Amino acid sequence: MLSRRQKRLSAVVLVLTLLGGAVAAMLYALQQNIDLFYTPSQLVEGLGKDKIKPVVGQRLRIGGMVVEGSVKRDPNSLKVSFDLIDTGPIVTVTYNGILPDLFREGQGIVAQGVLLDPVTIAASEVLAKHDEEYMPPEVAEALKGIRHVPPSQQQKADGGY
Amino acid sequence: MIVEAGQLALTFAFALSVLLALVPLYGSYRASQPLLLMAKPLAIAQFVSCLLAMLALIYAFRSSDFTVINVAQNSSSTLPWYYQITASFGSHEGSMLLWVLMLAGWTALVAIFSKALPLLLQGRILAILGLINAGFIAFSLFMSNPFARSLPFFPVEGRDLNPLLQDFGMILHPPTLYMGYVGFAVAFAFAIAALMGGRFDSVWARWVRPWALAAWLFLTLGIMLGSWWAYNELGWGGWWFWDPVENASFMPWLAGTALIHSLAVTEKRGTFKSWTVLLALAAFALSLVGAFLVRSGVLVSVHSFATDPGRGLYLLVFLLLVIGGSLLLYGSRMHAVRSQARYKLFSREMLLWGNNIFLLTACFIVFLGTLFPLFHKELGLGSVSIGAPFFDQMFYYLSIPFALLLGLGPWVRWKQQQLSPLLSPLALVAVAALVLALGVMATLQSVQANLALMGLLLGAWVGMSALAEVMQRARQLGSVKQGLGKLNASHYGMTLAHIGFAVLVIGVAMTKTYTEERDVRMQAGDSVQLAGYQFTLTEVYPLNGANYGGQAAELDVSKDGHYVTHLHAEKRFYRIQRTIMTEAAVHARLSRDLYVSLGEELPGNAWALRIQVKPFVRWIWLGGLLMTAGALLSLLDKRYRRKQLAGAAQAGEQYA
Repeated sequence: MLSRRQKRLSAVVLVLTLLGGAVAAMLYALQQNIDLFYTPSQLVEGLGKDKIKPVVGQRLRIGGMVVEGSVKRDPNSLKVSFDLIDTGPIVTVTYNGILPDLFREGQGIVAQGVLLDPVTIAASEVLAKHDEEYMPPEVAEALKGIRHVPPSQQQKADGGY
Repeated sequence: MIVEAGQLALTFAFALSVLLALVPLYGSYRASQPLLLMAKPLAIAQFVSCLLAMLALIYAFRSSDFTVINVAQNSSSTLPWYYQITASFGSHEGSMLLWVLMLAGWTALVAIFSKALPLLLQGRILAILGLINAGFIAFSLFMSNPFARSLPFFPVEGRDLNPLLQDFGMILHPPTLYMGYVGFAVAFAFAIAALMGGRFDSVWARWVRPWALAAWLFLTLGIMLGSWWAYNELGWGGWWFWDPVENASFMPWLAGTALIHSLAVTEKRGTFKSWTVLLALAAFALSLVGAFLVRSGVLVSVHSFATDPGRGLYLLVFLLLVIGGSLLLYGSRMHAVRSQARYKLFSREMLLWGNNIFLLTACFIVFLGTLFPLFHKELGLGSVSIGAPFFDQMFYYLSIPFALLLGLGPWVRWKQQQLSPLLSPLALVAVAALVLALGVMATLQSVQANLALMGLLLGAWVGMSALAEVMQRARQLGSVKQGLGKLNASHYGMTLAHIGFAVLVIGVAMTKTYTEERDVRMQAGDSVQLAGYQFTLTEVYPLNGANYGGQAAELDVSKDGHYVTHLHAEKRFYRIQRTIMTEAAVHARLSRDLYVSLGEELPGNAWALRIQVKPFVRWIWLGGLLMTAGALLSLLDKRYRRKQLAGAAQAGEQYA
């Protein structure tokens, strides 16, 4: 028979073990699932003070503006590639799938994927939120100084959808 | 005119809520019966004022009064009448008013249905609810006024409702979700009132239980409707995205689930008291955290409202006051509360304790995963995002022991349970679960060790164990037929909710494992094979709706040469908001959904289409519905009402 104190103690030990295990498993899972965000210039020049560049094969997120006229489609499949830019260098994103409804040349998007070579990303997901005025906040921040013209203020030269 | 009346009603509601917060509380310290008796009429008057304010807002939307900024930005004259009504809670300002109305509604319900409670406790509970009401009404009135006018200049046409919100699910989703969120305010008020009085016992727990259950019921239903809405309306077949705002509703749900289980222990055994109180505080605090996350704009998500730092700051201060104040009170009062009951290691108490540990770990994981990117950025470590795989992985690990314990839980007695009498029935259930799971896999012709097998095993274990337990209890009460009649409603409620969980687990595991998805480029006349179904695109033509244009695609689906169904998918362009919406075509059956969404137009007269076959996806929402039904059944248990009266008579003297 366990005394009251022993029972308490074993309960506390059990909780701590579970908690410890959970935290360890969580940190491990977290480590594998953190995707750092880059802009095209950060990707090329390195991130932060130490100018850390991502390694080829790393999972990451990239956000920038789609360069006008850079969207190239494969005529027989859904393969597509486009260029992203913020303030300097250009990087290329390749993607195989359906682009989001609000994907447009000249607009901000975020892509999630793997670095193929120092300036190419194979995207598994391309995001553009459900609002034409929307600008991913990270992109907006990186683009400080560059004017983003919301489509509603643009001349409706293309005649809508 | 009507709009000003609404504004006035809201101002009155604020005054009434301040009175409700102060008068009965003062009365409780002066032991003044007339002051305490003021609480009920004040609570009801406050609700009526809020209701009038909401009706005035709905009137403004129905009459398309574009001088009101809120109406001009979220409605238009071409919007169908039912969406004009739902647009009234589609914006930040309007949804805050709805939130306030729900809170006032709960307060009025507590006032009406707490006749059995001692007057002192009644007064304190209503006073605390009044305080919370005052905080939110002030927010609505001063920080996000839904009635603000833009005179003398106003637009002739509104900006229309966000097309995402123009959906049937959206009519139901916010009200039910808010009912759940603010419902935990009642459990919170009960906990604080009891902390003030310094008494906790089974009677107190029995009073709180129905309120906590009701809040949990609405929150479950609200989350489920939200998932169903996302599946139908976002157009790409996802049913849960681990989006910060979804997580914000999931955290109070997890804490609330822990609370209703812990309350069971407090009611039946008079123990776990301090734990239960802490959970009651946590569930409401997490609801407030959710409100803060959604409305402050600190996190980016599809749901977020327009950001306004002032609003975020107000909510943050309110949140810190509520959490800080209640924890201070908890710390100063709770040390005196002792639980006397003894129980052994293998007892229902311990298993419910395990349930709580797992639920709170899950809650902690969601909390960490949601807020980690925020902290990471604030600490200057760069922007990061945490992907769905993190949550998926963690919940996979957690659900296995959780479901195993869940199957065991209802069999085990309070205080102490011998292992031997349970061995043979449980072994039988385990074998049956194994046979069932393998049988299902065999009919699908894919017997392999994967997520689906795990999900089927756990689901079958939980579900069949719940059923077998009911049969066994019934047998103990005489013959099975007699016994089934004698079991009370809350027992059936529990069983139903547990079966709901089993159904949900099976649905999630099967969908995740066997969903087949393909993005294809199609021209009219092209066919695609997926999971045995043949999808043929017959035509694509332009659309012309009331407030939208776009394209529609028609598809025929056949299987093994037999015609299955016809699908109609749309890509809509809403003219006023200049927004594109993907209206997916869904053909739903219990065993599978066919899901087709129309993508972009491609060069060469072709279209991009996403075609999905999602087995058992309906089971996810069916499970949620069963859980809701279980909570409803428990709520109908007549013992709450009867014993509440009996208990109150004897408890009345203790509290007075």
